[in-house]
Amino acid sequence: MSFYDVLQKYKQNVVFERIQSVSREEVDRVLSKEIFSIDDYLVLISPAASDFLEEMARKAQRITLQHFGRAVVLYAPLYLANYCVNNCLYCGFNVHNDLDRRKLTMEELRVEAKAISEMGIRHILLLTGESRKHSPVEYIRDCVKIIAEYFTSISLEVYPLDEEDYRLLVNSGVDGLTIYQEVYDEDVYKTMHPSGPKKDFRYRLDTPERGCRSGMRSVGIGALMGLGNWRTEAFYTALHAHYLTGKYSEVEISLSIPRMRPHTGSFEVPSPVGDRDFVQIMLAARLFLRHVGITVSTRERASFRDNLVGLGLTRMSAGSVTEVGGYNEKRGDGQFEISDDRSVEEIRQMLYGKGFQPVFKDWQYI
Amino acid sequence: MSKDTLVIGGIELRSRLFIGSGKYSSNALIPKIVDKSGAQVVTVAVRRVDLESKDENMLNFIPKECVLMPNTSGARNAEEAVRIARLAKAMGCGNWIKIEVISDTKYLLPDNFETLKATEILAKEGFVVLPYMSPDLMMAKRMRDAGAAAVMPLGAPIGTNKGLKTKELVKIMIDEIDLPIVVDAGIGKPSEAAEAMELGAAAVLVNTAIASAGDAVSMSEAFSLAVRAGRMAYLAGTGAVKDFAEASSPLTGFLNG
Repeated sequence: MSFYDVLQKYKQNVVFERIQSVSREEVDRVLSKEIFSIDDYLVLISPAASDFLEEMARKAQRITLQHFGRAVVLYAPLYLANYCVNNCLYCGFNVHNDLDRRKLTMEELRVEAKAISEMGIRHILLLTGESRKHSPVEYIRDCVKIIAEYFTSISLEVYPLDEEDYRLLVNSGVDGLTIYQEVYDEDVYKTMHPSGPKKDFRYRLDTPERGCRSGMRSVGIGALMGLGNWRTEAFYTALHAHYLTGKYSEVEISLSIPRMRPHTGSFEVPSPVGDRDFVQIMLAARLFLRHVGITVSTRERASFRDNLVGLGLTRMSAGSVTEVGGYNEKRGDGQFEISDDRSVEEIRQMLYGKGFQPVFKDWQYI
Repeated sequence: MSKDTLVIGGIELRSRLFIGSGKYSSNALIPKIVDKSGAQVVTVAVRRVDLESKDENMLNFIPKECVLMPNTSGARNAEEAVRIARLAKAMGCGNWIKIEVISDTKYLLPDNFETLKATEILAKEGFVVLPYMSPDLMMAKRMRDAGAAAVMPLGAPIGTNKGLKTKELVKIMIDEIDLPIVVDAGIGKPSEAAEAMELGAAAVLVNTAIASAGDAVSMSEAFSLAVRAGRMAYLAGTGAVKDFAEASSPLTGFLNG
């Protein structure tokens, strides 16, 4: 069985209607619970529950503190290449976008890695666009070998791979995988990805599972908030996380709630997600998925991110640059615009100021 | 009263409160907590140790007189636990090791079988092995036979602060196993630490309850006092808890006349 079969049981329109029809009384009843089911989670992301954010926040804060302590893990992204054959309507790396395409040579990669590790970062997230010609698995593997000299934990956010390829990369030193479905609504997915290998909804949907089977220690999922109706998208994301935690209990599943940012090109966000909406999704996720890590990237504004500390957030990026080779010199176009451009040191001080410990190292390759 | 000592791995411990190092708002709290609580054994997740960072390396914050108990947090099976233990030794963390094998990220319950396997291997290699386990008498006996220096049953699932939910099972372990029994995980309040000590636990390990308190330093002192009170009560009252009073025999006393 795959998550696709689970998804078939929860039809878009049925889920949407149900979310819309939740009453205040139902929210009240659910909020008196300690352990929440997927049905309770649905109630918590309803329009009715948006009036209960403070109460949800209190519960979420307590659970986060209990399970993760006063600690937030920091990481930085490193873009290896921006060659891409996909035609995602919303992405800066879209095949049709006119931008300076490049990929790092091993020498350039070393310079980037050194620059990032000197900021104190120990956990790195490697990213590429999808181009098996320019950045094949062997290229990624070679990069991982160099990266391993500078960082203690290596995660990937690259195009979906087969299980064997993931296994090869795990054996080379990779311990984490991030793969966003972008949008769980299959019809919207098809509209957003009109051509290129990414068109295959099912292959992408099964990717986190292939990662789990390949020996990854952690797998992060998420929907790109803004593409489809955010309430149903939030529902499917949590359903997916719940499915994965149940089936692959040895893997640490984490969630992200990436909101669409402006980028190269002129894409209008179909279903914008406001700050209150974002917080509602995060709080509901924390209540339903108590042990699941929640990552918030520099897509979000500094002040907004700061306020999320303690509410559910467990991992944040710091000092991020989203262009290839950008840690040493600014030249190309990034994948998306950074909203929080503070340095690692500034994030570190902010966390201490809020009574939280910045954790730079939470894994060691063994 | 004879001196009440706790010896583990050849070290005579002066405090029966073991503490963690992971969830504090800052590593700088660790020396303050050690000072206020008098705790001596400090557990450290090997995966969090960063020898290359001067500011963030938690080992730099643990006072030298403490006994380091590195733990294998993050290990999903015996093999990974063994690799982490060896890494800890290579890092200079001494030869104590708390084996923590968790392959269930939902409830974070330990895998006793894999823990036993790691205990066997590491005890042979000369480690002072303290396995963290779900309370199970037969498994604990096997761990003892495999060379464990103490066994650490959980009071409730890790990080839940739910208290001594496994009381009956821990009590049996205390009665039946001639090794120090350290209650690890689940203790949420000082009164629950005292409860574990009154039962006869050799020590308790407390992390979340101290780290998530409003004032972690004060809370560590409260735990320290509770652990001492519980121990004192245990020593004072050994054997005194009976279903019927026996100081006098009001019903059958006439037979002695």
